[in-house]
Amino acid sequence: MQDSAVERARNAGKRLFHFHGGLRLHHHKQASCQVAVQSVAIPPRLYIPLMQHAGPEATPLVGTGAHVLKGEPVARFNEPSIGYVHAPTSGTIAAIARQAITHPSGLEGLCVVLKPDGLDRWTRLQPMEHWQSADPELIRQRLCESGIVGLGGAVFPTSRKVEEARNFGIHTLILNGAECEPYISCDEMLMREQPDKVVLGALILQKAVAAEQVIIAIEDQMEEVFSALQAAISNADCTHMRLVKVRTIYPEGGEKQLIQVLTGLEIPAGCRPPELGLLCQNVATAAAVAEAVTEGKPLVQRIVTVTGNGVKRPHNLLALIGTPISTLVDACGGYTHDAARLVLGGPLMGYALASDQNPVIKAANCILVLSNRDIQSDQAEMPCIRCGECARVCPALLLPQTLNWQIRNDLLDDASDSGLGECIECGCCDYVCPSHIPLAEWFRFGKSEHQLLAMERSQSNLARDRYLAREARLEQLKQDRERRLGEKKQALRDRTSVTGGTMGQGPA
Amino acid sequence: MNRKFTTGAAPHLPPISTVGEVMRQVLYALCPGVIAYTWFFGTGILLQILLATGFALLFETLMLKLRQQPVALFLNDWSAVVTAVLFALCLPPLAPWWIACVGMFFAIVMAKHLYGGLGHNVFNPAMVGYAVVLISFPQAMTQWLPPISIAPTDIGFLDGLWAILSGQPPAGMTWDAITRATPLDTIRTSVASGQTIAEARQLQTFGDLGGRGWEWIANGFAAGGIWLMWRRVISWQVPTAMIGSVIVLGLAGYLLDPGSNPSPLEHVFSGAIVLGAFFIATDPVSGCTSPRGRLIFGAGVGILTLMIRRWGAYPDGVAFAVLVMNMAAPLIDRYTRPRIYGG
Ligand code: SF4
Ligand code: SF4
Repeated sequence: MQDSAVERARNAGKRLFHFHGGLRLHHHKQASCQVAVQSVAIPPRLYIPLMQHAGPEATPLVGTGAHVLKGEPVARFNEPSIGYVHAPTSGTIAAIARQAITHPSGLEGLCVVLKPDGLDRWTRLQPMEHWQSADPELIRQRLCESGIVGLGGAVFPTSRKVEEARNFGIHTLILNGAECEPYISCDEMLMREQPDKVVLGALILQKAVAAEQVIIAIEDQMEEVFSALQAAISNADCTHMRLVKVRTIYPEGGEKQLIQVLTGLEIPAGCRPPELGLLCQNVATAAAVAEAVTEGKPLVQRIVTVTGNGVKRPHNLLALIGTPISTLVDACGGYTHDAARLVLGGPLMGYALASDQNPVIKAANCILVLSNRDIQSDQAEMPCIRCGECARVCPALLLPQTLNWQIRNDLLDDASDSGLGECIECGCCDYVCPSHIPLAEWFRFGKSEHQLLAMERSQSNLARDRYLAREARLEQLKQDRERRLGEKKQALRDRTSVTGGTMGQGPA
Repeated sequence: MNRKFTTGAAPHLPPISTVGEVMRQVLYALCPGVIAYTWFFGTGILLQILLATGFALLFETLMLKLRQQPVALFLNDWSAVVTAVLFALCLPPLAPWWIACVGMFFAIVMAKHLYGGLGHNVFNPAMVGYAVVLISFPQAMTQWLPPISIAPTDIGFLDGLWAILSGQPPAGMTWDAITRATPLDTIRTSVASGQTIAEARQLQTFGDLGGRGWEWIANGFAAGGIWLMWRRVISWQVPTAMIGSVIVLGLAGYLLDPGSNPSPLEHVFSGAIVLGAFFIATDPVSGCTSPRGRLIFGAGVGILTLMIRRWGAYPDGVAFAVLVMNMAAPLIDRYTRPRIYGG
């Protein structure tokens, strides 16, 4: 990155910029913001997945029958600086078994099943009394041991981010409170109810990465949050912390978009914000950081928005990691009669779950239950009419109709040249498409297929000598890919025909 | 409680629009122009619209059946109706019925379905249909009526119906007696015969801005078109570039040689420029998709139209200009790809 870009990044938030496209959506947030955050009762069983973020599963540290205290590590990640998975409450380990985990793939994974003893007794906590004067490396280690991850949905281990940030040298820490996806209000409620904790967490993170300034970005419609945070900032008496209101437009809270709005800079794929001297963290992550450092508490719970027309009383709930989703829904009065889809996350980027027995995970910012009227999934797909609406709203300046065509015809390299890697999977294009083409789904598929292709190629490079064998293998791989493409088409077609429509694709 | 749910891909939101809705809005937007048309030139045009729509739906259904596509789904997209109405608006009001039949055959069967149906046609179907009948039936395609206010005889609804169904002039009349050259035709022939346009302008067929009656039809289409722009059904680039280029080029010609070139306003308010700018050149399927590409596309249609009007064999040139630009569209799109984020 050139120095001029870093210089611009240093002036982040002094002037606001726009990003291309985006959507102005109905917020649907009021329903879940009416009442204070409430704790969910401890359920009879907690299911703690050992895969909480990208990468391999953690290795269990305890055996069946062992008694654990709240906050004790129950599993450990083998990769460095990722840390542990902790017991969300005290109790006995009932089993360590494979079962459905809350993941877009819908696959099973290893879970620690905990039978709570109802005492909710903490392990011995070790707050860092003097974090202000502590070695930043000790703070980073604390974040690692406490299992702190990005709570905005990406669940990237925070200690990793801090480490990377320190290597590049950070001047500005951006706290992302621009919760732009409809329905989700957990961050808003957190900022309203615990502004001091958010500010404290920001100060600790600032110390950990030695940033010169902190910017807290919130949406311009969050009036209550604004005054709460402002009071907290002046209480904490920090002069290098600023509160910035950004437009309420989706996906303004996306990391790249927020940085673009604050600095006017675009961060292409492959380049990371720390290269500009910027570090982005979600506000809930900051609060978790504050608890980990000043109270010694690892990340064992989070605020989850439970909302949508499919639940009787939408709420924000404080839930232990591992609590079955059904317990949260029950705490909200149960389902309404027309509950039709269960989504983890928001309506644009969240993924649908097949069962409400899935546990709450660290990434679970929202549990959205939608009625049939909300999704209208019976709309048949039509051919693209090249109206260009998708390109008009794409924040990554892509031509989704072209990408769609390329992916469907197995032109993955062309799609990559057309910028598939820049797609942030925000779903804007998909939402506006009058032909109801599942564009975002195709882009997710295309990205993973292209990754696979790249892997195949790098492997085949190693075996360059055995040319013929390689040709044969590539041919086999190509056939496999074509088969998967066919299956994908079929799957999407089935999805529409189940509900009565037929997909009219024309001769593709 | 343990409850199972059906899954589906994000986004989990009701769609905000459908192809049918887009097409229906185009039809609504055509209403003011069609009403003005009927007001000034009689009910013949409504019959043409009905005829063309009927043939279009017939051919559409047949082709969908042949191609084993879901008929109800695709009839519901209203695209065939839009094609039919746009085609009908290019016909002389009393053109015989088989013109609509032949035109719709070429539009729906050849230009649309043989290329792969909705979304796959390279050429604007309505303009393909129009070009075919214009070339094949030059006689019938020039039997234009004068505005009612200056017409020598009153042609009623039944007279019109009879003329369309029989291909004969209404009883007791001859084509020569009831038809008139359009303003653009008049300009053409008068310039060709050495007169100046100023002389032609004295004729009754001219109004304040362009052709008498035609100018109000153009206003009607413009009103509908601007509504479509406001609703974001069509982009602003194509109409702006097309009308802009007509004005600029028309003005240049007019300033150079006012005797043999119509004024830019006469260009805009006569013939199919406004209809073309808002409704024909904006067809997304056969046009450009990138914003810059759409500017070039619109300007191209405008410039070609004026060139055809000045030097071509036909008085108006919107249809041919659109078809030529349809061919160029993929190339324009390739060279006007927007910059990718971060690039
Ligand atoms: S919005 Fe849909 S129909 Fe329109 S160009 Fe994009 S993919 Fe095609
Ligand atoms: S999902 Fe990808 S292609 Fe679609 S609007 Fe978002 S970034 Fe653009």
